[in-house]
Amino acid sequence: MIWSRRGRVITYLAMTAGAVILLFPYYWLTVMASNTTADIYAYPPRLTFGGHFLANIGQVFARIDFFGSLLNTLVVAVATTLLVLLFDSLAAFTFAKYRFPGSSVLFGLLLATFVVPTQLAAIPQFAIMADLGWVGSLKALVIPAAANAFGIFWMRQYCQSALPDELLEAARMDGCGFLRTYWNIAVPVLRPALAFLGIFTFVNSWNDYLWPLVVLIDSHHVTLQVALAQLNGLYVKDYSVVMAGTLVAIVPLIVVFLFGARHFIRNITAGALKG
Amino acid sequence: MSLLDAPAVTVEPVAAPPRQPGRGRYLPYYLAISPFFLVFAVFWLYPLGYSFFVALQRWDGIGPMHFVGLENFRFLLTDATFWTSILNTLLIWVMSVVPMTVLAMLIAIGLNSSVRFTGLYRIAYFLPNVTSTVAMSLVFASIFSGQFGILNWVLGLFGVDPVPWLTNPWGIRTAVAVMIVWRWVGYNAIIFLAGLQAIPDEVHEAARIDGAGPVQAFFRVTLPLLRPVLLFSVLMSAISGMQVFAESQVLVGNRGGPEEAGLTMVLYFYNEAFYSNDFGYGAAIAWGIFVVVVIFAILNWRIVQRPERRREVAR
Repeated sequence: MIWSRRGRVITYLAMTAGAVILLFPYYWLTVMASNTTADIYAYPPRLTFGGHFLANIGQVFARIDFFGSLLNTLVVAVATTLLVLLFDSLAAFTFAKYRFPGSSVLFGLLLATFVVPTQLAAIPQFAIMADLGWVGSLKALVIPAAANAFGIFWMRQYCQSALPDELLEAARMDGCGFLRTYWNIAVPVLRPALAFLGIFTFVNSWNDYLWPLVVLIDSHHVTLQVALAQLNGLYVKDYSVVMAGTLVAIVPLIVVFLFGARHFIRNITAGALKG
Repeated sequence: MSLLDAPAVTVEPVAAPPRQPGRGRYLPYYLAISPFFLVFAVFWLYPLGYSFFVALQRWDGIGPMHFVGLENFRFLLTDATFWTSILNTLLIWVMSVVPMTVLAMLIAIGLNSSVRFTGLYRIAYFLPNVTSTVAMSLVFASIFSGQFGILNWVLGLFGVDPVPWLTNPWGIRTAVAVMIVWRWVGYNAIIFLAGLQAIPDEVHEAARIDGAGPVQAFFRVTLPLLRPVLLFSVLMSAISGMQVFAESQVLVGNRGGPEEAGLTMVLYFYNEAFYSNDFGYGAAIAWGIFVVVVIFAILNWRIVQRPERRREVAR
């Protein structure tokens, strides 16, 4: 497309303005986290960074078990991601490349699970966790999320296009069994897909709120999201402290995202366009 | 689209199974897919049946259950708060999906033009989608604050009187909708961009030769070709729109603020089940939400598909 010089300038300006507006909440979060609560409530408001971030974050650490909940979130997100990567890719590889009695029916059943709304299961899940004695335990977050239909479905599509049958046939000729073929042939080829699914799962697990809020009730082991909500509920007057906690809580995830952003964004569109 | 078309996909036979005699040769395959089905059976399928059972009881989650038959469902149908929560959820969805789709389309067109640094723009626009809802709801609560909020201060610079965002029903719904747009606009722009890039240049060229201006070409040529992508985007936003919870809860609290304007269906469910410990009624609400979601999905599907069908009939 041929663009006039003026059209191009307007496009740049509009795109930049949009980005500035979308990124403004991050800037504002940092401003609030580095000023005092009095500065936040001042009129006109302070629009620039202040020097109180360390004092604020010190208050956060004194009031909630920030590192404990950070560690909990990290443990849950890493464990969930590793289990999802293993279970989803193994199932996807099997569904994509092998046929066995009932395989079509089972895959159809898997797709049908997409329609199950999460709240419908929440109350009984809570009851099950109570029976298992898992209420307040991080297991209650990891185990139900250890394998999911979306990942298997998405991964299976990838397997079908990225894994040529000749490759598997050659592996079979060389005497590779099922597991060895998966581990030595499929996994290396699937690495880009695993990276996407990994970031996707990690981000969702890190940000999950409703279920941790429910199942970690009256617990000392909360995740970061629940801790943030508690910090807000308990110390709502000290807004700069709440904001300092919020800022520190989102930074790790932003780093993870920036690390794999290009790849991640390219893959997120794949699901919308295929089919 | 793939999610919707998927049931038609069949598993094709590819690599021949290892030459082992007997049924045991299939065992590795069943073991390989078993984790998902185990997790699903224990934590999703069984709970579905169980939740219907719970909906027939009066139960606080700890003590004994009392069978009450369809009492919870009967109450649900006459529960004004439940209907309010449905209305709020739909209002917030409409208030977010319309501006979001338009803005996302504009961003996608911008990204698709020959500007440089599109990689950086993409990352900037996508970042909100991966940032914790709870964290950013706290930030937005401050931005929208009636007395001290930066938004009202900026509006004041333009001579606009302060808007009581978080104490007025429409203010609350607007604030929640803005947060949803903020989170999803970049995601949808990326989806639309991929759709735009999939349209061959020859199509635009042909439209230009036929004398279509850029605006006409967009509405007559590009938009119809983007139909599947738009359908995907609207359906995805409908699914997530029915699940809005954290934004409302953090912004205006468990009761949804003044006139329960921010009370979404899922927030009401959370309230009754896990805040008031009325598990039986909570389960009934969950089934109510399920019915609403199914009806809403069917309506959406029909509305977005209709023009296509009409055209086919005309042929």
